[in-house]
Amino acid sequence: MTNVITPDAQPVATRPRKGALGKLVRRPLALIGMIIIVIVVAGAALAPYLTNFRPDEQIFDGLTLSGEPLPPNATFWLGTDLLGRDLLTRILYGARTSLFIGIIANGIALIIGTLIGVVAGYYRGWIGSVLMRFTDLMMAFPALLLAICLAAVFQPSLWIVALVIALVNWVQTARVMYTQTSSLAEREFIDAERTIGASGARILFLHILPHLVPTIIVWGTLGISTTVLLEATLSYLGIGVQPPTPSWGNIIFENQTYFQAAPWLVFFPGVAILALALAFNLVGDALRDILDPTQRGRA
Amino acid sequence: MKTYLVSTVAAAALALGLSAASAQVTPNPDAKNGGSIIITYKDDVATLDPAIGYDWQNWSMIKSLFDGLMDYKPGTTELVPDLAESYEISEDGQTFTFKLRQGVKFHNGREMTAEDVKYSIDRVVNPETQSPGQGFFASIKGYDEAAEGKADGVSGITVVDPLTIKFELTRPDATFLHVMAINFSHVVPKEEVEKYGADFGKNPVGTGAFKLGEWTLGQRVVFQKNEDYWNKGLPHLDTITFEIGQEPIVALLRLQKGEIDIPGDGIPPAKFQEVMNDPEQKARVVEGGQLHTGYVTMNVNIPPFDNVKVRQAVNMAINKERIVQLINNRAVPANQPLPPSMPGYATDYKGYAYDADKAKALLAEAGFADGFETDLYVMNTDPNPRIAQGIQQDLAAIGIKANIQALAQANVIAAGGEKEGAPMIWSGGMAWIADFPDPSNFYGPILGCGGAVPGGWNWSWYCNEELDRKAAEADSIVDPAKAEERNKAWSDIYVKIMEDAPWAPVFNEQRFTLKSARMGGGDNLYVDPVHIPVNYDHVYVNDVQ
Amino acid sequence: MISYLSRRIIQSALILIGISLITFALLYLLPADPVRQIAGRSATPATVESIRRQLGLDQPFLVQYGRYLWNLLHGDLGRSYIQRSEVSQLIAARLPATLLLMLGAIVFELLIGLTMGLVAAVRRGTRTDQSLMVVSFIGVSAPQFVVGLLLLYVFAVRLSWFPIGGYGTFSHLVLPSLTVAVMSSGWYARMMRSSMIDVLRQDYIRTARAKGLARATVLIRHALPNAILPIIAMIGIDIGILMGGIVVVESVFGWPGIGQLVWQAIQRVDIPIIMGVTLVSAFAIVLGNLLADIIAPLIDPRIKLR
Repeated sequence: MTNVITPDAQPVATRPRKGALGKLVRRPLALIGMIIIVIVVAGAALAPYLTNFRPDEQIFDGLTLSGEPLPPNATFWLGTDLLGRDLLTRILYGARTSLFIGIIANGIALIIGTLIGVVAGYYRGWIGSVLMRFTDLMMAFPALLLAICLAAVFQPSLWIVALVIALVNWVQTARVMYTQTSSLAEREFIDAERTIGASGARILFLHILPHLVPTIIVWGTLGISTTVLLEATLSYLGIGVQPPTPSWGNIIFENQTYFQAAPWLVFFPGVAILALALAFNLVGDALRDILDPTQRGRA
Repeated sequence: MKTYLVSTVAAAALALGLSAASAQVTPNPDAKNGGSIIITYKDDVATLDPAIGYDWQNWSMIKSLFDGLMDYKPGTTELVPDLAESYEISEDGQTFTFKLRQGVKFHNGREMTAEDVKYSIDRVVNPETQSPGQGFFASIKGYDEAAEGKADGVSGITVVDPLTIKFELTRPDATFLHVMAINFSHVVPKEEVEKYGADFGKNPVGTGAFKLGEWTLGQRVVFQKNEDYWNKGLPHLDTITFEIGQEPIVALLRLQKGEIDIPGDGIPPAKFQEVMNDPEQKARVVEGGQLHTGYVTMNVNIPPFDNVKVRQAVNMAINKERIVQLINNRAVPANQPLPPSMPGYATDYKGYAYDADKAKALLAEAGFADGFETDLYVMNTDPNPRIAQGIQQDLAAIGIKANIQALAQANVIAAGGEKEGAPMIWSGGMAWIADFPDPSNFYGPILGCGGAVPGGWNWSWYCNEELDRKAAEADSIVDPAKAEERNKAWSDIYVKIMEDAPWAPVFNEQRFTLKSARMGGGDNLYVDPVHIPVNYDHVYVNDVQ
Repeated sequence: MISYLSRRIIQSALILIGISLITFALLYLLPADPVRQIAGRSATPATVESIRRQLGLDQPFLVQYGRYLWNLLHGDLGRSYIQRSEVSQLIAARLPATLLLMLGAIVFELLIGLTMGLVAAVRRGTRTDQSLMVVSFIGVSAPQFVVGLLLLYVFAVRLSWFPIGGYGTFSHLVLPSLTVAVMSSGWYARMMRSSMIDVLRQDYIRTARAKGLARATVLIRHALPNAILPIIAMIGIDIGILMGGIVVVESVFGWPGIGQLVWQAIQRVDIPIIMGVTLVSAFAIVLGNLLADIIAPLIDPRIKLR
């Protein structure tokens, strides 16, 4: 539909070059991103060892007598929330939610997007045009509204939230895969395969998909950042992950009425969301430069 | 045939138990007239049609634009005639005859008559109006035919003469005078309703103390003084501006800067301590009770809540003091369905005291020594998910693992209305604030058999036919002189309910209204139980000449 | 051109109808019952059923949708269940606020994004360039509600430079539109940077420099207009991103636009309003894309209409 911004430059015929990781760590920004990701993963994995509290533990001394949260202090390093729970503990455990959603939701979105894009790009004809018209339609959907409606139809759980986000987020991937596949499909080596009688599935899996791997890696990484943000937004609106499971978005949702008196309740989880989304963006961008130089600087 | 003839004097006297009282609601002679005030709200004013409006912020706005036959003495729950001058109740309690006040005019200048009263109630009952208040009139003869659209108007309502109207009921109904005071029975002029059709709610015309001046959708509604108001001397203010879409926190800061007079949504939680710690601001806070109870329902159809011991255990497990603390002590712990300011509240009933050990023992007796797992439904706006998590922790302490389902209001209501939809619901944000100050209002829809139907509001699905019978008996005590006897009967019903414990009552919200320094009038006008947040007709400002 | 346009307009109309079908189906599947919302807590089952019948909500899905579509094609968005007013009126009353917010956001994101991109391109490879690109990434990665709340805290609560919320004057507009602008500014900065670098490589710029024109003159008179052109078409596409954010930003700032309208409607299952706002937003997005596609070839002859 749009012919200006779609990153539809030439597909890369090269496989992921060896040493991509090595190149990655040599870029300072990507390195920062990877360090942040390692910290978050470690925090999520080691949460029980890093804190003395449980994430849903409403500590009696965690609130003042008039029911106000405590500012950061020696016991509660980042202060407490409106239920008297330790904020640091909730942020650590909240990282699990963000990573779960980031990986699962984005994984599903990537699978849907790649399937639709590749099938539409390879088969063209009516299948291709039906699929791409549907993709166009989804592009024009106000994404957050769609997510809100989907979340309202199902009773939210961690998996449902992941699914909702995936259903909203596959569209960009599908478009990219479509343009890449359709130009690959016109290449001579694919034609040659066809003339020797290779089946469609065989060509798709053996000859086309491998060429798309760099793009999948790039979009997979960048997409995690989008999913993390969307999960936070849904939880912030109160329709995401269910309490008392902590998520960085619902920590802010639960505490925002106090944000003027207790700005740390918004600030710390906010910074966490920002940092994780930033990290995946930095790494994704660097990966794009390394694996897919034709797409530099594109949106 | 003996009738209870009640003139305005006698009505007030009876209700008050005093020998003399004012004939009608009279303006405060010390009040200053003129000036204007600004009130803020966050949510939209959906409609100002008295047949439709059922939100808490348009409820009292409608009361200032329209009048009903009855009203309450400002700042109290005491019934007084309003558009009626006097009324008469037949001895069997089934016929109510109202004599209307002469010379009451609609905002369009036309005089109001008994025909208008009949038209207004016929309109609410007419299914095409789709009024949420239709069911309130079910005790009037001919209601069923009219409500099904088979008859043109309710046959039990007769216009005797232009200033007299008679209601015949199918059963004695002690709440009928309250029904004549709720918004749904407020009087509208037929010609204006027909002129605007479905848009009447945006172009309201009534007989009230104020008339609509300006309405900019989503931004502001302006009320102007009705110069022709029948109750001379009222209202005191010239204009009231309601500014819409203002966050409570913004409203408070604007009040502190002197830009507005009353934040309609109250003091935001984060600022509550700050306000209360400042003597100057605290002096401008008026605290009062509210006809509200927040409770946890336990669905008696869903095991193990079919076991009364389990339900009692839940009642003992919840630390209500701490829950109240979670909302900055802006409520009082509750032990029964009725709020303390409601007639019929059982003052000597103690309820289930907080005792986790005893609760655990009861659970063990019921065969759940190891506890069980269940779902707790809650509306997804703050502070309700927090309160639910407070309850969740208390239940966890006795072994009940309650998973929270925080959903949009409509989804929680839908789950509650299904026979086996929701094991537990925290009612906050949805139920229950009384429609009128009468104990019966906390029974029928939310604890009686009538509400335990698909789509009903009796979310615990508790149905005790014996209590239903007792409730009907209590409501047939129509004689105002026997009000005490009736209140006692209701008290007993609620105490009986608590033995079966279909609910765990948690708290009764208190109201804290903050006003600007220039606002005048008695404190009770600012925590009026019926006109929320304030009684617009009676408040005034001190800084006018 | 004409045939291209008419084909695109038909496509866009089909997209809108598709969106209406999907949204309608989703709302049909909601476990919450809109009739109960209308009927209120005191309604009898008979009242509920009568309202359901009158609104046609007892009909099969296809009949309901067919009816909605028919009215929609006649320009009728229906009446709100709760407010009972025409949805078109309710949206019209609030649309100006949303459009103003978007306009403010576009101005801000262009100002910030283009400036950052320009400076980064000119200082290409330096520390300034790198830090600007990091800042642009932070903008892209920042959740809008966090940006909004933090801007509120710093500039309204602490510094009192701007009002905390509300609507009406220019100072009310600044923080909300800045919040919306942050994310897209990052994209604009990156696009402007690469576009500017492309332009600076062109022969005519080198010629101009060689002729001895001042560096600033060359940049502003010659390079800048050419670098900006391809970005202008982006504004159309940006509308989609902006529309996505209004629900959150309007609720953070109490901005009286259609985002607040739809959020209140979602809470109360006011389906006609949800449908109406979704379609109006989708219309804006489709229109933005269409404009972008029409403008792009006018600006850059290398792009051909498909």
